[in-house]
Amino acid sequence: MSQANTLKRRSSRGRLEKTYWGYIFIAPFFIVYAIFQLYPLLDTFYLASQKYMITGANKVIGPTYNGLKNFQQIFKAVGSAGIPKVAQVFVNTAVMWIINFIPQMLVALLLAKWFTDTRFRIRGQGAIKVMVYMPNIITAASISMLFYSLFSYPQGPANSVLASLGIIDKATYLNAGVAATVAIPFLEKGWAVRLIVSFINFWMWYGNTMIVLIAGILGINPSLFEAAQVDGASSNQVFRRVTLPLLRPILLYTLVTSLIGGMQMYDIPAMMQQQGSPAKDMTQTVTMYIQELVYSGTKDYGRSASVSVCLFLVTAVFSIILFYIMRDRDAAAQRKAARAARKGAVKA
Amino acid sequence: MSNLTDTAGRVGGSYKARIAGKKMLIYVVCALLCAMSLLPFLVMFVNSTRPSADIAQRLSLIPGNMLSANIKTLHERQNFDVLLGMRNSLLVSASATCLCLYVSLMTAYGLTVYRFKGNRLAFTFIMVILMIPSQVSIIGFFNEMYKLNLINTFWPLIIPAAASPSVVFFMRQYMQGGLPLEIVEAARIDGCGEFRTFNMIALPMMTPAIATQAIFTFVGSWNNLFTPSMVISSQKKFTMPMLVSLLKSDRFRTDFGTVYLALSLTVLPLFVVYFALSKFIIGGVALGGVKE
Repeated sequence: MSQANTLKRRSSRGRLEKTYWGYIFIAPFFIVYAIFQLYPLLDTFYLASQKYMITGANKVIGPTYNGLKNFQQIFKAVGSAGIPKVAQVFVNTAVMWIINFIPQMLVALLLAKWFTDTRFRIRGQGAIKVMVYMPNIITAASISMLFYSLFSYPQGPANSVLASLGIIDKATYLNAGVAATVAIPFLEKGWAVRLIVSFINFWMWYGNTMIVLIAGILGINPSLFEAAQVDGASSNQVFRRVTLPLLRPILLYTLVTSLIGGMQMYDIPAMMQQQGSPAKDMTQTVTMYIQELVYSGTKDYGRSASVSVCLFLVTAVFSIILFYIMRDRDAAAQRKAARAARKGAVKA
Repeated sequence: MSNLTDTAGRVGGSYKARIAGKKMLIYVVCALLCAMSLLPFLVMFVNSTRPSADIAQRLSLIPGNMLSANIKTLHERQNFDVLLGMRNSLLVSASATCLCLYVSLMTAYGLTVYRFKGNRLAFTFIMVILMIPSQVSIIGFFNEMYKLNLINTFWPLIIPAAASPSVVFFMRQYMQGGLPLEIVEAARIDGCGEFRTFNMIALPMMTPAIATQAIFTFVGSWNNLFTPSMVISSQKKFTMPMLVSLLKSDRFRTDFGTVYLALSLTVLPLFVVYFALSKFIIGGVALGGVKE
C-alpha cells in the first residue's frame, strides 16, 4: 500500500508549489553553456562565412561577408597527395582511428570473453585490469612525448634495439658522427608515424573498452547462459549466439563514442610531429589543421572556422546515431523501473 | 557447469588438459599485456637516471647514477619549471572540477526533483549537446576569449567546465536510483529550504557518484592539451601538458636524460593518484565510464 501511495504522491507532485525552483537549479548550467559553448559554436558558423584574417604584420582584414568562398578555398587548396588538404586531414584522422579501433575492439572482446568464461576462472583479474587500464589515465601529451623520444633519430632506444638485433649495422650506429647513415628516421616516415599514433591510441584505450565490455557481459542475465549450456551449446557458440547479440548496444555505444572522440584526435599526433618532417602530410589531423590555420603566418579565422564546420557536420552524423542508441537505452531503463514499481505496488 | 563436464565425460582427461592449456595461454597473454603497459614507463624512469650519451647508445633497464645530475641540468640549464606547471595545472583542474561537479549536481537535482514545464525538453537538450565535442567550436571560443580579454588567463579553462553535459547525465542517472524523493519531501515538510535540502541532504547522499566523477573530471582537465594550447601563450601560465610540448624544442635535442626526467616528473603524480585510487577508478569505468 505504501508503494501505491508513493506513486500517487509522486505523480501529483508536479502540481505542488515550488516548481519554479527547478529553473533556478538548472539555470547556471544553461547560462554557462550559452555563453561559453553555444555562442562560440554559432560564432564559428558565422566566421565560416566571413573573410577574416590577421596577417603576419598584425593587419586585421575583415570580417566581411564572403559566402561560401572559405569552403571553396579549403577544397581548392590541394595537399601533396593530390587531393584537397581538408580531405587529406579527414582521411589521416580516419585511417589512424581505424588502425587503432579494430585491434582495440578485438583484443578487448577476447579478454572480456576470457575473463567472464566460467571454465577458466582467471585469477588476478583486478590486478590485470589495473595494469592494462593504467595508460588511459596518464597525460596523452606525456605518453606521446615518451614515444617521440623512444623513436628519436639518429640515436635513440628504438634504433639501438635494431642495432643490437643486428638489423642495422651496430658499429656504425654506435659512432654518433655517422649513426645517421644506418639509423631509421621513424618520425619522418608517414606510415611509421601513423602506426605509432594508432598504437598509442590502441594501447591507451583497449583497457577501458575491455572493462566496459566485461561490465556489459556481467550485466547479462546468467540464466540465459545456463539455458544455452543445458541445451548443449559450446562456449564459443554461447559467446557468438548469446553474448555478442546481447552486447550489441554496448558495442555500438563504444564504437560511436570512440569514433566521435577519434575525429577530434589532437594530442598524440600533434606531439608526434617533428619540425619540418615530411610525415606531416600523412599524419596531420583535422583539429591540428584547424589550429594550424589560426597559428601560422596569416591567421585565417574564416578558413579555420569553415574546417571546423566540416568537422561539426561529420561529427553530427555520428552523434545522431549515438543519440538514438542512448535514447533507447534510457527509455528501456525507465520502462524497467516503472515495471518494477508497478510490480511492487501489486504485491503490497 | 557440471553438465558440461558430464557431456564431455568421455574425453574427460583431454578436456581438462585442454582447459589447463588454454588457461596457461591466457595467463601468458595477460602477463605480456601487463608488461606492455609498464615497459614504456619503466624505460622512462630508468632513462631519467642515466647519462644522455649512454641512452643514445643502448636500451637498458638497469638504473644509472645520473639522477641528481639530470635534476640539476633540468633545473639550472634548461629552466624547466615543473613545480610551476604543476601549480598551474592543479589550480585549473581543481577549480574546474569543483565548479563542474557542483553545477552538474544542481542541474541533475533540478531535473530530478522538480517537475516543471520544459523539464523533459531541458534533458533532451542536454542529451543532444552531450555529443558535440568542444573542439569544433574552438575558433568561436578563441575569438570570444580574445574579445573578452581572457587570453592568457585561466578563466577559459575553468568556467566552461560548469556546463559538462556528460557529468549531468551521469548524476541524473545516479540520482534516479540513489536519491529517494521521500527524503526531499520530508525535509521540505520539516521546513528545510530548497537550497539547504540540496546542500545538506542530497549532496551527502551522492558522495559515491561525486567521487567517481571528480576523478574523471580532474584527470580530463589535467590532461587537456588542445584548449590550453589555443588560449595560453605565456610560458608562466603553461599547464603540465603544454610544458611537456616544450621538451620537443631544440634545446633538449641531445639532452635525453633530462627529457626522460622531465617526463617522469609529469607522469609521477598521476601514477601515485592512479595506484592509490585504482579500485575506485576501475569501478567508475565499469559503471559505463564517460569517454572523453
